[in-house]
Amino acid sequence: MIQVDQKLMREELISFIEEQKKKKGPLMPVMQKAQELFGALTIDVQELIASELDIPMSDVYGVATFYSQFSLEPKGEHIVSVCMGTACYVKNIEKIMDKLVDVLGVEPGETTPDNKFTLEPTRCLGCCGLAPVIMVDDQVYGRLAPSDVAGIIVGY
Amino acid sequence: MVSVTIDGVTVKVKKNTSILEAAKAAAVKVPTLCFLKGINALGACRICLVEVKEGGSGLQAACTLPAAEGMVISTNSKTVQEARQVNLELILSNHDKRCLSCVRNGTCELQTLCEDMGIDDVHYEGANMDRPKDTGSASIVRDPNKCILCRRCVAMCGNIQKIGAVGTTQRGFNTIIEPVFGKSLEDVPCVNCGQCIISCPVGALSERNELTSVWDAIHDETKHVVVQTAPSVRFALGEEFGMPTGEGVTGKMANALRRIGFDKVFDTDFAADLTIVEEAAELIDRVSNGGKLPMITSCSPGWVTYCEHFFPDFLDNLSSCKSPHQMMGAVIKSYYAEQFKIDPKDIFVVSVMPCTAKKYEQEREEMAVNGLRDVDAVLTTRETARMIKQANIDFVNLPEADFDKVLGESSGAGVIFGATGGVMEAALRTVADKLTGENLDDIDYECIRGIAGVKEASLTIAGMDINVAVANGTGNAKKLLESVRDGKKQYHFIEVMGCPGGCVNGGGQPIVSASKRLEFDPRVVRAKSVYSEDVNKQKRKSHLNGEIQMLYDDYLGDENGHLAHELLHTHYHQKAKYK
Repeated sequence: MIQVDQKLMREELISFIEEQKKKKGPLMPVMQKAQELFGALTIDVQELIASELDIPMSDVYGVATFYSQFSLEPKGEHIVSVCMGTACYVKNIEKIMDKLVDVLGVEPGETTPDNKFTLEPTRCLGCCGLAPVIMVDDQVYGRLAPSDVAGIIVGY
Repeated sequence: MVSVTIDGVTVKVKKNTSILEAAKAAAVKVPTLCFLKGINALGACRICLVEVKEGGSGLQAACTLPAAEGMVISTNSKTVQEARQVNLELILSNHDKRCLSCVRNGTCELQTLCEDMGIDDVHYEGANMDRPKDTGSASIVRDPNKCILCRRCVAMCGNIQKIGAVGTTQRGFNTIIEPVFGKSLEDVPCVNCGQCIISCPVGALSERNELTSVWDAIHDETKHVVVQTAPSVRFALGEEFGMPTGEGVTGKMANALRRIGFDKVFDTDFAADLTIVEEAAELIDRVSNGGKLPMITSCSPGWVTYCEHFFPDFLDNLSSCKSPHQMMGAVIKSYYAEQFKIDPKDIFVVSVMPCTAKKYEQEREEMAVNGLRDVDAVLTTRETARMIKQANIDFVNLPEADFDKVLGESSGAGVIFGATGGVMEAALRTVADKLTGENLDDIDYECIRGIAGVKEASLTIAGMDINVAVANGTGNAKKLLESVRDGKKQYHFIEVMGCPGGCVNGGGQPIVSASKRLEFDPRVVRAKSVYSEDVNKQKRKSHLNGEIQMLYDDYLGDENGHLAHELLHTHYHQKAKYK
């Protein structure tokens, strides 16, 4: 099933590239489309983009690592965003992060082996009154203590 | 034409000429670092900053600033001097400055720039990049801590060679020039051509050093150590000793190698003649018996690897001939060993090459006969110069000497292997004689000489129409093969050399600085010497080489025959681009 999806997504990307090739500067829109389709710009996806646009993969990879909107590895089912903004920082978000690393068993930026969670440090989430704050997908959890962390994760 | 005034001197230049070039016309020298003529003009390093007084404003990079009518430029104002100084010190602040043990000590453009700009201190103490060296490649070592992010290698590899083995990744302080996904060069479609090395202004890219194993072999009394030198090395080696670019040093080189302690000094030009005899026979066979056409030359291991990565559908078109130095190795460990009653297991063959890809080629599984490697070590021209210096040989004043007998004679055809078009021309000289059964006098194929990216010719030989094409640099090979693949072009015979200009400009050759490349094109200067040596040769056709004839008569038997195939031919296979 997953293989069928992959094949369809590749076909969709290829036809999108055919369209974009007629315009100037097709690389960014193609990469955005690929990220949307596949969830990440893995080496296979970048190789496909490079060969369809007839450019070296290093050109694709350079752009992919320059902009934070692109991800090289597939994300987990749930994204755990940890606010690294100033207010959260002074309210000891580091301790929350350490606990998340402990509970999830991955380093910041990584995804758990079962693909369930991706742990992501982010910039200010815009609710400093609730510092320290994390978000799991769209749900905000504020005024956290390290002891709250395990309970939140168990709920997913 | 437009008039621009640079440091008070008014010059007329073509509109949109860069201020850097316009300054040259005004006899003003603007320092550069990331600029490399014809390859890289980005304004990335900010060393060539000039101040635009009129017809624009502010500090601008001379390499990318187009000349416009009435522009007034200062290249030496206080503002310019201070800005350049700060920019250079910032580059130095994150540069591994252990110059004394650097491979580019003495030939580093950053070092020269510091001297020219009078840098006596670096005022910025900050974080320093600490990244591991990439030593996975058989040919090329990458040291990111010496990299100054000029992107000359990126432009060469991506824009000229159309490979893109390295690119600019990450951003800000973390910016690094590297292969995709942090891979080693051995796991991406790097073809080992080494054009990145000769583009690099500093020691961030260099060849894999094999001097230790060669010295060890020389000092090992049980080893019979034999050296061979490629056609184009002799037209560049002298540059490493301050001699003029392109000056032929064949005799000095042979003498220096003998003094170093090699037991025999042979000439790869001999093997180039051997290659031609085999390749010409293969071509005639393919043309007469409906074999796969166009036949494509296989002497350039950079090109062969490129073909295996990017054009696997053309692998059957490649000539099955090994490259000359591999043929030579196989002949040394069979014919020569037998003649001189030496156990081939005790022979250590060293190839002195203008090439970094030969280091990779030598390690290929196929390059062995009966379990014995054809060649045991490959040294670049630069490494060979280092070896001569280590041996304290006064190269410039050295008397000339000859190569050793049985594998030392060569024709003019062997000599021209070093320049783009040379292999094709050498082959045509033999093919034409064989097909006509005559000893033809008209053997200068001027139409396929020179540094144009792709050259074509339609020839009539013995009543047969033969279409040939020559490409130099893998980017040009791509263009040529795409036109063949699309059916737009039909040829019988194609020559490809992986490096722009061919072996004379190989990745193992002496590095010509960016400032010298503004004065002359080393591809042209060195090739000129190649063709003048050809004209001075007594014999100018491979099949007339007496030692070659002896080799076939006494040992190999038929051209393209059974033994020749066992020793001198090989095969190729498709390679995954990314591992």
